[in-house]
Amino acid sequence: MSDGNDKPARNLVISDKVMIEMKGVHKWFGDFHVLKNIDLTVKEGERIVIAGPSGSGKSTLIRTINHLEPHDEGHIKIDGVELTEDLKRIDEVRRDVGMVFQQFNLFPHMTVLENCTLAPLSVRKMAEKDAHDLAMKFLERVRIPEQASKYPGQLSGGQQQRVAIARALCMNPKVMLFDEPTSALDPEMIKEVLDVMVELAQEGMTMLCVTHEMGFAREVANRVVFMDAGEIIEEAPPQEFFSAPKNARTKEFLAQVLAH
Amino acid sequence: MDDVTGRPAMRRKKNAAPVEWIRRNFFSSVSNTLLTIVSLYLLWLTIPPVLDFTIFSAVWTGTTRDACLEPGAGACWPFVWANIDQFIYGRYPPSEIWRVNLTFALGIAVIVPMLIPGLPARRLNLVFLLIIYPLVAIVLLAGDRPGLPPVPTSEWGGLLVTLVVAITGIVASLPLGVLLALGRRSSMPAIRMICIIFIEFWRGVPLITVLFMASVMLPLFLPEGVNPDNLLRCLVGVALFSSAYMAEVVRGGLQAIPTGQYEAARALGLTYWQAMIRVVLPQALRHVIPGIVNTFIGLFKDTTLVLIVGIFDLLGQVRAQLSDPSWSLPQGALTGYIFAALVFWAFCFGMSQYSNFMERRLDISRGR
Repeated sequence: MSDGNDKPARNLVISDKVMIEMKGVHKWFGDFHVLKNIDLTVKEGERIVIAGPSGSGKSTLIRTINHLEPHDEGHIKIDGVELTEDLKRIDEVRRDVGMVFQQFNLFPHMTVLENCTLAPLSVRKMAEKDAHDLAMKFLERVRIPEQASKYPGQLSGGQQQRVAIARALCMNPKVMLFDEPTSALDPEMIKEVLDVMVELAQEGMTMLCVTHEMGFAREVANRVVFMDAGEIIEEAPPQEFFSAPKNARTKEFLAQVLAH
Repeated sequence: MDDVTGRPAMRRKKNAAPVEWIRRNFFSSVSNTLLTIVSLYLLWLTIPPVLDFTIFSAVWTGTTRDACLEPGAGACWPFVWANIDQFIYGRYPPSEIWRVNLTFALGIAVIVPMLIPGLPARRLNLVFLLIIYPLVAIVLLAGDRPGLPPVPTSEWGGLLVTLVVAITGIVASLPLGVLLALGRRSSMPAIRMICIIFIEFWRGVPLITVLFMASVMLPLFLPEGVNPDNLLRCLVGVALFSSAYMAEVVRGGLQAIPTGQYEAARALGLTYWQAMIRVVLPQALRHVIPGIVNTFIGLFKDTTLVLIVGIFDLLGQVRAQLSDPSWSLPQGALTGYIFAALVFWAFCFGMSQYSNFMERRLDISRGR
């Protein structure tokens, strides 16, 4: 990760403003109870890493935040706007919540630049020139401005994921959701993506990140949320989480992921 | 012939001597040699007589049937020249034919720029093609405006009718088919049911039945005095019929697009329609260009079925002229059908070549 960076991100200011509030959220896939009574409050500027074994509902949890997965019970509020079935409100929330997927999900029929300008142009109704400048600014920030006119299929996985981050940032989101952003990458490309994410955290972006990168959690997160079987089992700052886990299941999980 | 794909073998042996190339590709084994000989024999049986009939023994000049009466004469092309106006315009009044020509010319002027990739103002052009041009064409062809005496559709015929039916079907079936395909995949049960019933209904009936219903049965159910034009009824029938087929082709393309594409678009704040129009459909339609063009070609040829409800398309008009006693000839029917076949082939081959061109071009521009 950002080696030699001796200014840990967790010392950043966290405001008192509540950005995401989940209360008593339940979700079922058919008979399968994937989210059980989730309570989670995220304040502005917080960087939360959600960890847990696969199938524990981590991805589903962050996908309910922008309503890609509708929740069945409970309340979710994003920056004061409650998520209901009201489509207008869902779109409103989605504009302010950026998301980065495991499989990048770039649009293969558009150039990198077009991928980035699509939402500013058609959702924010930005002028062409402004959208272009904005996209170039973020492509520079993720260090691939020279690839702007290429198609996603011509880029490496790490480059594609950085474009996906730039694409989300072009909407000026208040929150960024990362759904296992490095899991589909070859090992040598993980660092370039994590570096971008660390920088983003240092700039004070509110982030929720589902990841197995425990090093990233240690360095960047101010809170680690551990999930198992659809429940939040434990929530703690990273030092405490890694050195003194309370729950037996957390200990077991940490023993497995930190073993190698 | 040893190599099923054919192409790579030819490329590899490009620099080899022609004799060597022939030996390798046509006579590499006993079975291959046999196949080559059988194929050559079949070609020998079919090609020379066809060429002889259509070109070498054919009568090219003359103005009456007498020119074609000599024994052993092949195709009687003067029959086609003499009736070319009927073949193209049907019974459209000769003094008004300029209106059809103008419509054709305008059509070419609108469609050709659409087909050439990379020209500017395509959106404007599309609006013109889909909205303004049809209106202009209706006014020009049907008339009943100052300076344009009315020409009832019963007088339209020939290639004019073929093109009107085919182009209306093509232009209407793509957007309708896309809507139906989206509806069939909708999460709203009512919309999904309606689309499934619609698609399965139209796919389940033969086009002949549709045309009969439109032409003969529909007027019986409509209230007195409401009697839409026969050609119009058939146009609607053909458009709905082909849109059901188009819907299934498009659905195939939609299924090939990973849900992550749609989710990524929605996560960026795009609405359902924005996500579909900007992200999902461009990819889905590209996947199914061959299927779409296949449907277009099928539709183009199916237009000949309007003959059975008393509308004379190109083929119907050729058949009609065959019964003209002043051109009664033993080889008349064959000549007429070969001509009709050539015209249909030219249009269909053009469409298929254009689709190949588009596929190649899209592949290149994606850098793949």
